[in-house]
Amino acid sequence: MELLYAITLGVLTSCGTYLLLRARTFTVILGLTLLSHAVNLYLFASGRLVAGAPAIIGIADTMADPLPQALVLTAIVIGFAMTAFVVVLALKAAVELRNDHVDGENPDEDRT
Amino acid sequence: MPLVLIILLPLTGACLPALLQGRSSRLLASVSALPALFCLLLLLSWLPHVMQDGAAVVQRLSWLPSLGLDASFRLDGLGLLFALLITGVGCLILLYARYYFEGSEATARFFTLLLLFMAAMLGIVLSENLLFMLVFWELTSLTSFLLIGYHTDDHAARLGARMSLVITGGGGLALLAGIMLLGQAAGSYELSIILEAGEHIRASEHYGLMLNLILLGAFTKSAQFPFHLWLPHAMTAPTPVSAYLHSATMVKAGLFLLARLHPALADTTLWFYLVTLTGMLTLMVGAFVAMFMHDMKGLLAYSTVSHLGLIMLLLGLGTPMALAAALFHLVCHALFKAPLFMMAGYVDHATGSRDMRHINGMWRFMPALMVLSGVASAAMAGLPLMSGYLSKKMLFNESLLVVIPEWATVVIPAWVALAALFSVAYSIRIFHNVFFNGRPIDLPIWPPAPPRLAALSPIMLPVLATLLVGLAPQPIYMALVHPAFAASRQIAVAPYDFTALDGRLPMLMSLFALAGGALFYHWRTPLFRLHCRLPMVDAKEIFDWLMRRATALAQQRVFQLENGSLQRYLAFILATLVVLVGLQLRDVPRWDGGVALAPLDPLTLLAAILLCLTSLGVVVYHHHRLPALLLLGVTGLFVTVTFARFSAPDLALTQLMVEVMAVVIMMLALSFLPQTSPRGSTRLRMGRDLTIAGLMGLGVAAFSFAILTRPQQTISDFFLANSVPGGGGSNVVNVILVDFRGFDTLGEITVLGIAAVAVFAFTRDLHLKARVVDTNPTHWVAEPYPIMLGAVARLVLPVALLVSAYIFLRGHNQPGGGFIAGLITAVALTLQYMAGGLVWAQARMPTAFRPMIGAGVLIASFTGLGSWLFGFPFLTSAHGHLHLPLIGEFELATAMLFDLGVYATVVGATLLILANLGKLMTVAGPGKEIG
Repeated sequence: MELLYAITLGVLTSCGTYLLLRARTFTVILGLTLLSHAVNLYLFASGRLVAGAPAIIGIADTMADPLPQALVLTAIVIGFAMTAFVVVLALKAAVELRNDHVDGENPDEDRT
Repeated sequence: MPLVLIILLPLTGACLPALLQGRSSRLLASVSALPALFCLLLLLSWLPHVMQDGAAVVQRLSWLPSLGLDASFRLDGLGLLFALLITGVGCLILLYARYYFEGSEATARFFTLLLLFMAAMLGIVLSENLLFMLVFWELTSLTSFLLIGYHTDDHAARLGARMSLVITGGGGLALLAGIMLLGQAAGSYELSIILEAGEHIRASEHYGLMLNLILLGAFTKSAQFPFHLWLPHAMTAPTPVSAYLHSATMVKAGLFLLARLHPALADTTLWFYLVTLTGMLTLMVGAFVAMFMHDMKGLLAYSTVSHLGLIMLLLGLGTPMALAAALFHLVCHALFKAPLFMMAGYVDHATGSRDMRHINGMWRFMPALMVLSGVASAAMAGLPLMSGYLSKKMLFNESLLVVIPEWATVVIPAWVALAALFSVAYSIRIFHNVFFNGRPIDLPIWPPAPPRLAALSPIMLPVLATLLVGLAPQPIYMALVHPAFAASRQIAVAPYDFTALDGRLPMLMSLFALAGGALFYHWRTPLFRLHCRLPMVDAKEIFDWLMRRATALAQQRVFQLENGSLQRYLAFILATLVVLVGLQLRDVPRWDGGVALAPLDPLTLLAAILLCLTSLGVVVYHHHRLPALLLLGVTGLFVTVTFARFSAPDLALTQLMVEVMAVVIMMLALSFLPQTSPRGSTRLRMGRDLTIAGLMGLGVAAFSFAILTRPQQTISDFFLANSVPGGGGSNVVNVILVDFRGFDTLGEITVLGIAAVAVFAFTRDLHLKARVVDTNPTHWVAEPYPIMLGAVARLVLPVALLVSAYIFLRGHNQPGGGFIAGLITAVALTLQYMAGGLVWAQARMPTAFRPMIGAGVLIASFTGLGSWLFGFPFLTSAHGHLHLPLIGEFELATAMLFDLGVYATVVGATLLILANLGKLMTVAGPGKEIG
C-alpha cells in the first residue's frame, strides 16, 4: 500500500512539474493544481496511512493522526483561493498582453 | 560625558543647514560651525585626561548583542588626535567655505554633507566595535561620493565621484571581509579584546588573507598605489572638500586603521613587505607625477598621494619609533596641506584658472596670501625650522634604522631621499610658479581680484600652527602625538627624542634633497620637455576600460541567466532543487524504513491506477484544454477518494467541495482563453522538462516512501487526549482547527479573505474585449440555462442549506465544521448561478460578500478576544451542554462561534471570487461591481 501511495505521489508530482514548465498560463494552472494535490497528499502521508480509523473520539481504538489532517484541510481551502487568484491573473494577462504566454510575449514559440 | 555626544553633535547639526535652505552662505557657514566648534571644545576637555594616563575610555550602548554588535565608543590618544584633527580642520574649512561660497547659491546641501562627513569620520576614530566602525567607514565613502559630485551638472565631477565610490566602496567590502576574519580569529569585534589578542591573531591560519583584505580596505581609502587613481579625479569637488576630505581627513582613515590595528596585525614579514613596499611605491609615484602637473589642485593631489605613501611606509617599517614619526608627519601634513589647498581655491576664484603655466606673478595682487603660502610650501619642502623639516628628518632617521632585510638598509634611505628631492621640487614649483615666474598669461579673469584680508584667517591659523610645531616640537609632540603613539603601540613607550635628529646622515640627506630639489626646479624646462616625450600612461583610461569590461561581462552574464523567460527561471529553480536535494539524498543508506507494509487491496489499486492515469491524461491532453480540465476534475475526485480511504472524512468533504468550485472557476476562465495550447516546444526542451519532472517525481516518491515506512513520532497524542476534556469536541481535526490551533486558522481565513478581495480588485476593471470564439461549437451547450438544471437547482437549495447547517452544527463532534459547511453553502449557491444566470441569481440573494468576509474575520477575532474578558489567553474556548427540544443534547462551545466566523469567511470569499469571475461573462461586460 505504502509503495503504491508513494508511486502515485511521484506520478502526480511529475505531471504537475511538467505542466508547470509549459509556456501557456492555463497549462501552468493545471500543473499547479496537480502539484498542490501532490503536496497535500504528501503532507497527509506524514500521519501515515491508516484505514477505517478517523480521528473522532469514541469510534475506534486506534485513530489516524489528526494534525496533518487539520493542516491539509486549511491548505486545500487556501489552495483553492490561490488557484482562483492565479486564474484571474491569467485572464488579466491575457487581456492586457493579448496572448496567454507566461512571459507575455513571443506567443508563437518557446524560448530556450 | 557620553562619547556618543561627540558624534551626535555634527550628525544632528547636519539638519540645521538643511532647514535654512536658500539662505546666505555666510549664515549657513556660521550655523554649521556651531556643532563643529562645540565638538572641538568637548574633545579638548578630554585632552588633560588623555595626556595624563592615556587609558582608553570605553562606553557601550547595547545594540544587537546577539550579533556581537554594540554601539560602543572608545577614546584614547590615537582617537583623540584624529578627532581633534577632524574637528579642528573641519572648523577651519567651514570658515573657509563661508568665503569660498560667497555669492553662490544653494550651498545648504554642501554644509549638510560636510557635517555628515564629519560625524562619520568621528565615528571611525571613536568606535570601539569594528563592525560599528565599518558603518561609519562606508558612510564616509558615501558622503565623499556626494561631495565630489557636488556639481551634479558637471560630467567630470560625476565620473570622478563614481570612480572614488567604486574604489573606496570596493575596498570597504574587502575590509568588511577582513574584519569578519579578524573578529573570528580574536573572538570579538571589540577593539579592547582584539588589541590584546595580537599574538593569537598573527598565529591564526587566515592571517595572510585577513591582512590582505584589511590592507586592501586601508590602501583604497588612503589612495595608495595603484588605487591612488581616484584622488586626483576627486579634485573636481569644490576646494573646501578637497582640502578637508581629500587631504586632511578621509584619506587618512586608512592610515588611522592601520595605526589602530598595529598591535593586532603588525610587525610580521608579510606586513613589512606589503605596507612598506606599497608606501614606497606610492611615495615615489605621487612625488614624481606631482612634479610635472600643471594644474594646481592636481599637483597638490599627487603630493597628497605621495605624503600618504610616506606615512604608510613609516607604518610598515617596524622600527621602534617609526609610528611616532608617522603620526607626527600626519599632523604636520594636515597643517601645511590644508592651507595650500585653500590658497589654490582663492587663486582659482581670483583668476579663473588653475593652470600654473598661466598663473604667474601673483605676488603683486595677493602679497598676504603669498607670505602664508610661502610658509606652508616651505613646510612641505622641509626647510629648516619648519615642521616638515623635522618630520622629514624623522623619516630619514627611521629609514636608516632598518636592518632587516639587507637590501632595505641601502634602498630605503636612498629611495626616501630621492622622493624628498622631488617633494622639494614640487613645493618650490607651486610657490614660485603661482606667485613669481614672470607675469600672468591670458587669465580668464583680469585683473585678478585678491581675497579680502578676513578671508585669509582660515589659512593663517594652520600656518601659525605649522610655525609653532617647527619651533617647539617637543611640547606639541608630548601633548598630542605621544599619547596617540602610546595608544597605537599599546605598550609603554618612551617619548621621541628630538635630539636624535641631529645625526650627520639625516642632515646630509636633508641637504641633498633640498639642493637637489632646487636644482631640479631650476632645470625644469628641459626636464619638462623630456617628460613630454615619455609614453603617456593614462590610468583613468585603464580604469574606464576595466569598468566597461566589468559592466559588459556582468550584463552578458545577467542576460544569459535572466532573459525574461519565466519558464526558464522556473526550470533553473527546479533543477537546482533536484540537484541539491539529490546530492544530499545520495547517501541515504536505506529507503525502506522497515515498518511492515499495509496489505494492498484491489479497489485501492484500481483507484490509484485511475488517479495516475487521469493525471497523466492531463499531461497528454493538455493541448486540448477542455478535456484536460475535465480529466483534472477526475483527478481531484480520486484525491478525495484517497482521503476518504485513509480515515480523513473532513478532508474528503473539503476536497470534494473545493474540486467542484475550482473546476467551475477554471471553466469560466477557459471561455475567455484559447481552447488549445499550441505545440511550440522543441524536442530538446521537452526532454529537459521531462527530465526535471521525472526526477522531481522520483524524489518525491522515494521520499514519501521513506517516510511512510518509518515509525511515526507524533505530537498528536496530546490533541487526542485533550480534545474532549479541553476542547469539548470529539472530532479532533475540527477541535485542532478551531481551538488548539485556532490562531493559525484565524490567519488562514484572513489569507482566504485577502485572496478573494484581490480577485475582486483584479476583475473590477478587467475589460475582456470579446470572448474567444470557439472553433468547435459542439463543446458548448446551445441552451444557456437548461430548464432541468434550473428546476433541480431550486429544489436542491433548501436541502443543501439544511445539510450545510447540519454539517456546521455537528462539526465539533462529527466530520464537518465551518470550512466544509461554508463550502457546501457556496456550492449550493454556485449552482443557482449556473442554473439561472448571474442576473437572475443576483436579484434573489444578498451579495454583500465583502462585508461577509470582514464579518467572518471579525467574529473569529472577537471570539478569540472574548476570552481575555475572563482572564484567559487569546482564543481559549469555553464549552457547555445545551438541550434543544427534538434534536437532543448539544455540546456547545465558544469554538462554534469561531467556526461561524470561518463559515462566513469561506462563503463570502468563495462567492466573491465566483460572482466576479462570472460577471465577466455577462453580455453587458463588467458592469456594476458585485460584492
